[in-house]
Amino acid sequence: MSSVAQKRGFGAALWDWMTTVDHKKIGILYLIGGGFFFVVGGIEAMIIRLQLLKPNNDLVSAGLFNDLITMHGTTMIFLAAMPILFGFMNYIMPLQIGARDVAFPFINSLGFWMFFFGGVFLNVSWLVGQVPDAGWTSYASLSLASTGHGIDFYAIGLQIAGGGSLMAGINFLVTIINMRAPGMTYMRMPLFTWTTFVASAMILFAFPPLTVGLFFLTFDRMFGGNFFNHTMGGNTIIWEHIFWIFGHPEVYILILPAFGIFSEIFSIFSRKRLFGYPAMVFATVLIGFLGFMVWAHHMFTVGLGPTANAIFAVATMAIAVPTGVKIFNWLLTIWGGSIVLTTPMLYALGFIPSFVMGGVTGVMQGAAPLDYQLHDSYFIVAHFHYVIVGGVVLAILAGVHLYWPKMFGTMLSETLGKITFVFFFVGFHCTFLIQHWLGFWGMPRRVWTYMDGQGWNTANMISSIGALLMAIGVIVLVVNIIMTTVKNVRVGNDPWGDGRTLEWAIPSPPPFYNFTQTPLVRGLDTVWIEKQEGNKTGLTFAEPVQDIHMPNGSIIPFFMTFGLFIAGFGAMFHQETSWGLPLLIFGLAWTFVSMAVRSLQDDLGFHVTKQELQRDIDNANKGGQN
Amino acid sequence: MDLNKKFTPETWPEHPERATLEAKNKFVGFWLFLGGETILFATLFATYMALKNKGPSGFGYSTQELYELPLVFVMTLLLLTSSLTSVYAMYHMKNFNFKKMQLWLAITAFLGLCFLGLEVYEFSHYVKEGFTFGNSAFSSSFFTLVGTHGFHVAIGLVWVTLLLIRNSKRGLNLYNGTKFYTFSLYWHFIDVVWVFIFTVVYLMGVIG
Repeated sequence: MSSVAQKRGFGAALWDWMTTVDHKKIGILYLIGGGFFFVVGGIEAMIIRLQLLKPNNDLVSAGLFNDLITMHGTTMIFLAAMPILFGFMNYIMPLQIGARDVAFPFINSLGFWMFFFGGVFLNVSWLVGQVPDAGWTSYASLSLASTGHGIDFYAIGLQIAGGGSLMAGINFLVTIINMRAPGMTYMRMPLFTWTTFVASAMILFAFPPLTVGLFFLTFDRMFGGNFFNHTMGGNTIIWEHIFWIFGHPEVYILILPAFGIFSEIFSIFSRKRLFGYPAMVFATVLIGFLGFMVWAHHMFTVGLGPTANAIFAVATMAIAVPTGVKIFNWLLTIWGGSIVLTTPMLYALGFIPSFVMGGVTGVMQGAAPLDYQLHDSYFIVAHFHYVIVGGVVLAILAGVHLYWPKMFGTMLSETLGKITFVFFFVGFHCTFLIQHWLGFWGMPRRVWTYMDGQGWNTANMISSIGALLMAIGVIVLVVNIIMTTVKNVRVGNDPWGDGRTLEWAIPSPPPFYNFTQTPLVRGLDTVWIEKQEGNKTGLTFAEPVQDIHMPNGSIIPFFMTFGLFIAGFGAMFHQETSWGLPLLIFGLAWTFVSMAVRSLQDDLGFHVTKQELQRDIDNANKGGQN
Repeated sequence: MDLNKKFTPETWPEHPERATLEAKNKFVGFWLFLGGETILFATLFATYMALKNKGPSGFGYSTQELYELPLVFVMTLLLLTSSLTSVYAMYHMKNFNFKKMQLWLAITAFLGLCFLGLEVYEFSHYVKEGFTFGNSAFSSSFFTLVGTHGFHVAIGLVWVTLLLIRNSKRGLNLYNGTKFYTFSLYWHFIDVVWVFIFTVVYLMGVIG
């Protein structure tokens, strides 16, 4: 188990990744999976913008356009943004709290495979040619009327992926509650860990309603249920409520970790302690709480009545307060700091004005009377892309540049990184800023094409050009990643030179057991404190070198999820084929038998001995790593 | 963790369910999971209440005609008693009395099985009367709410059976102590959900 790389065959490497329970490897798997779906969703977006490039365009058919917008939204939220953020949480959070792994390594692996198979299931719809086409919200009045199996792919694919998210959420919560290093009190936790904590708590309470809603949809479409069918006494509004009780917290589940990444960046590259740390923590918790109180602002025009609309309008505007607290704290962190304009810092600086614009349009829509005017127009499209792209995607790109050296031991090119930023940032504003006006000028969202002579031509053209610029930015990032990997210039523990938290005090990439000795945390930004006091390694230890207990890898998570994947097809086809029902039962049985095998065998893990650890420490010292 | 470490009632820790880090993780993780389950059932309850007695025009079923309290009363007694017996089992687990713990868990499982049998009878009775899953919005929401609870009972029965068989010969240790404990947590949760089903579905259905 030395840190020296061993030559292995491809098959052995593949098996290693399929059975891994190491939180760092699972984090990388999440990044690869999420990155793949990010590209898929991006291609869908490019086709949408090409279709809308000019009036009366017929590049794609109206039906295909519906498929594209549905899959673009669903893919980007569930299969790109969340998994990539889960990747960072998985990789970085245990390092930040000084843990050797997450609380449930097996379940961690299971969560990843459920996300992956759920995503594959959803995208198999493209191969079959029956694609979800009722929008990413899949309102029941549309989705029940949709022919073919498109919506079935949506309901079952998201069910599988959503189960994975729930597991990841519980896992992160328990890890943070139980596995912090000595001295790591709650109020010494880095802000990325705090936002992971709150986002995980939100996952725990937001995903069960989605699970139930998707089951209702599955029952209605595939098993003769009547939850949403009004001719049988059902109520289509129930879906809208359930979906948004999940869906609104979901956007905070995405944005909070993004806030966490930016908080780290501002602090590192301003070389200052985060301004107002307790207020930041309080604001994070408050946003998490208020996030559950505002779902009906997505339903102002449904007709819930003025009382309900007023309550939800006030609650919605209240969220602007803790968010504003955060914005000012970031500004005051930069204020008087010794700023280094690295690529991650550029993204962070670009994020503040972009996100504030998205926030302000959000408050505008929070005013229920105005929302009647803005509803279903391009203004809405502009708003949510400003918060999701201007907040979450910028954070993901910043996080990729910031944590790349820690994950892979090589530094992404700063020059190419800045080129990526310029293309992406300019392209982003070019695409979405003009869409606010398109909304004001009356262009409805989700339309396949538009007539000439309505004054929308130039604006749509500008918007499409912006999308192209963003695509170029992403391509430059891919080139950057390839070039960096080929060059393979290794970096030390703290490649940015200003790391403040525990992950910057261990090798890049860290050994599979993370810390040879559990660190002792002496305050907020503990590594920074140690460095200021002249401790070059940045760590004080809480224990001598001793045997470390680590979990065993397992292929069972892969098999369990594969059973669900099979069962999904069985459920989908059981009404029209004779093999559907047996397949459904077989798939579920496969999963339960895998679970039983897991629970009947004793999997107690293994120990890394003191001698092996001592050898690794000696090798590191000989190798001259700093 | 050392599976072979032998305990006596004197050396057995006061809280075996959270004596090791793994056990503590399971303990906290399972409580959180039950938090999520609470939201899941809350959503099912809300849907049921919205769709209660709703059906196509000329719908002939209502809660008053459908439910029969005596049967449900017996089911409630069985499940509440099984919760009590699982408390006895945990009492003996904490006192390192493996044999008695096994006995009380077996009784718990038996009572749960009786409950499940009566539920299957109840459902088949409704279906015979024409109140099938696809009959109306009311029937869909009823069978999904009560059926999800019944499914949880079934899962619990499989779980405790596997636990008892797997550990039948090796006695209590810190590895399986927490497993028995989380099962009992789960069983109490199912019981609490049933209390709400009994109240909201059956009592409020018959009275109001």
